[in-house]
Amino acid sequence: MRPLVAQVRLEMTLVARNGESLLLTLGIPVAVLVFFSLVDVLPIEGDPVDFLAPGTLALAVLATAFTNLAIGTGFDRSYGVLKRLGATPLGRPRLVAAKGVTVLAVIAVQAVVLVATGVALGWRPDVEPVPLVAATLLAVAAFVGLALVLAGRLAALACLAAANALFVGLLLLSGMVFPLDELPSGLRSVAQALPSTALADALRGALAAGADIPSRVWPVLAVWAIAAVALAVALFRWEPSD
Amino acid sequence: MAAVDVDSLTITYGDVIAVDDLSFRAEAGEVTCLLGPNGAGKTSTIEALEGLRRPTGGRLSVVGLDPQADHAALTARIGVMLQEGGIHPAVRVGEAVRHAAALYPDPVDPASLVDQLGLAGLEARPYRRLSGGEQRRVALALALVGRPQVAFLDEPTAGVDPAGRQVIRQVVADLRSAGVTVLLTTHDLDEAERVADRVVIVVGGRLVADGTVDELTNRASGGDELRFRAPAGLDRRSLGTHLGGVGVTETAPGEYLVSAAPEPRTVAALTAWLADHDLPLADLRAGRQRLEDVYLNLTGATRRRDDDFPREISRPSDRSRGGNRGGRGGEVGS
Repeated sequence: MRPLVAQVRLEMTLVARNGESLLLTLGIPVAVLVFFSLVDVLPIEGDPVDFLAPGTLALAVLATAFTNLAIGTGFDRSYGVLKRLGATPLGRPRLVAAKGVTVLAVIAVQAVVLVATGVALGWRPDVEPVPLVAATLLAVAAFVGLALVLAGRLAALACLAAANALFVGLLLLSGMVFPLDELPSGLRSVAQALPSTALADALRGALAAGADIPSRVWPVLAVWAIAAVALAVALFRWEPSD
Repeated sequence: MAAVDVDSLTITYGDVIAVDDLSFRAEAGEVTCLLGPNGAGKTSTIEALEGLRRPTGGRLSVVGLDPQADHAALTARIGVMLQEGGIHPAVRVGEAVRHAAALYPDPVDPASLVDQLGLAGLEARPYRRLSGGEQRRVALALALVGRPQVAFLDEPTAGVDPAGRQVIRQVVADLRSAGVTVLLTTHDLDEAERVADRVVIVVGGRLVADGTVDELTNRASGGDELRFRAPAGLDRRSLGTHLGGVGVTETAPGEYLVSAAPEPRTVAALTAWLADHDLPLADLRAGRQRLEDVYLNLTGATRRRDDDFPREISRPSDRSRGGNRGGRGGEVGS
């Protein structure tokens, strides 16, 4: 247990020390939430904060469990950190566990900040905790798996570029900030198959009074979670790329 | 039982054979140096022993454990210093050592280890702000913090300045006194000669020599000898006769080996003969071969022109050597 705690503490320290990590995980979601709640330019019915608060929570999960994890792990691999830790009593399984715990801890911090910001902007959520947690955990598994596929295969800078590009693409296509109804129908069906879209829909259903979670999100999240984790297990490399 | 036992180890990467049926042992409490040119398979061998690389064939044992099957049990008993990196650039020295300490069941005190490695005062400095030598010492600290029974040090002194090398050598000597088995690789043969109990020389993944430094240097030269440099093409027979009927060979153009005990009388006769023939003399060395000579012979490399020959007994300046290849600048006073 002590090695795991030490590893989580170090991972959290490094996230907090890294300005780009903080920008990605907190700066962007909070800025999007505040800006588009106050500047009413999005085609949203009703109060924008009701749409944006769950959407930016989903964005925060994407930023932490996918983009930030992929970039951080890609660099850890290129620095040989993963390799060295594999030869200590921490071992690879606990190293992965520590990364997972760190992701969940960062998401908890983001949730506190975003919910507080949303409430300050007039958001009044109605929480269904079980589907909320279930959808979040499935999405985290899918994002972590995808992050590790990139980090375990691409060189650090290529991983950084790919993770950022996918972040922007998913931000635009997942109905987190920009409503899906505005997308052309072909693109919309693609968007609905994405784990990020499923997470945004699930969070909106679990946090809004009187809204239901569309049942199609569950198979989407479950399939992505299983496939991404399986792919990561199959493809991940611990050694630096040459 | 040997602390490290490598038995017919083979490691291949695709079609490339990195390690080819290699066998050697490192005895408990001894310092064993693994030497060989780049690409000889040293790092592959060490990483297989650390359990980081799965061997293609052969059997490995480290303190009686199989690096693959018993990996979890093994990690607490070994210390690993990778050839490069392994440490996040933003992590601070103190953090890195305390973090590593928390991974082991019975670590040494991080503060005293930092002190021992000459890193005191740098605890708050991020790894990336350290000099190359300081970075190697942090990596060494992380390898030693868990009180390993076996320390695997892959090029611990690469890129380290002389003062830093001194610290690392002292740490290796302390480990040895404490009964820790050390397996290290280096390209610094002088260092290997100083710290190693045993030397294992590997070329192209195969074992070419294995023994104590004394064994290797004696075995290779069959005893004592005298080496010197002078113009190429000397009359070796005349010189041999002058020295009392000993063999003189020209090992490379202008490099001579005299198979004779390096008695002062022999040296005097040699210099007298050269003086009689009005010939310059450079790099006169007497005594047994150095590990470097053995190594370069075995690995077939060209001998390095090196300035620091501790056993050199005279070096007159050599004005006739103008076109000499690879001579170090500033060698001759000007």
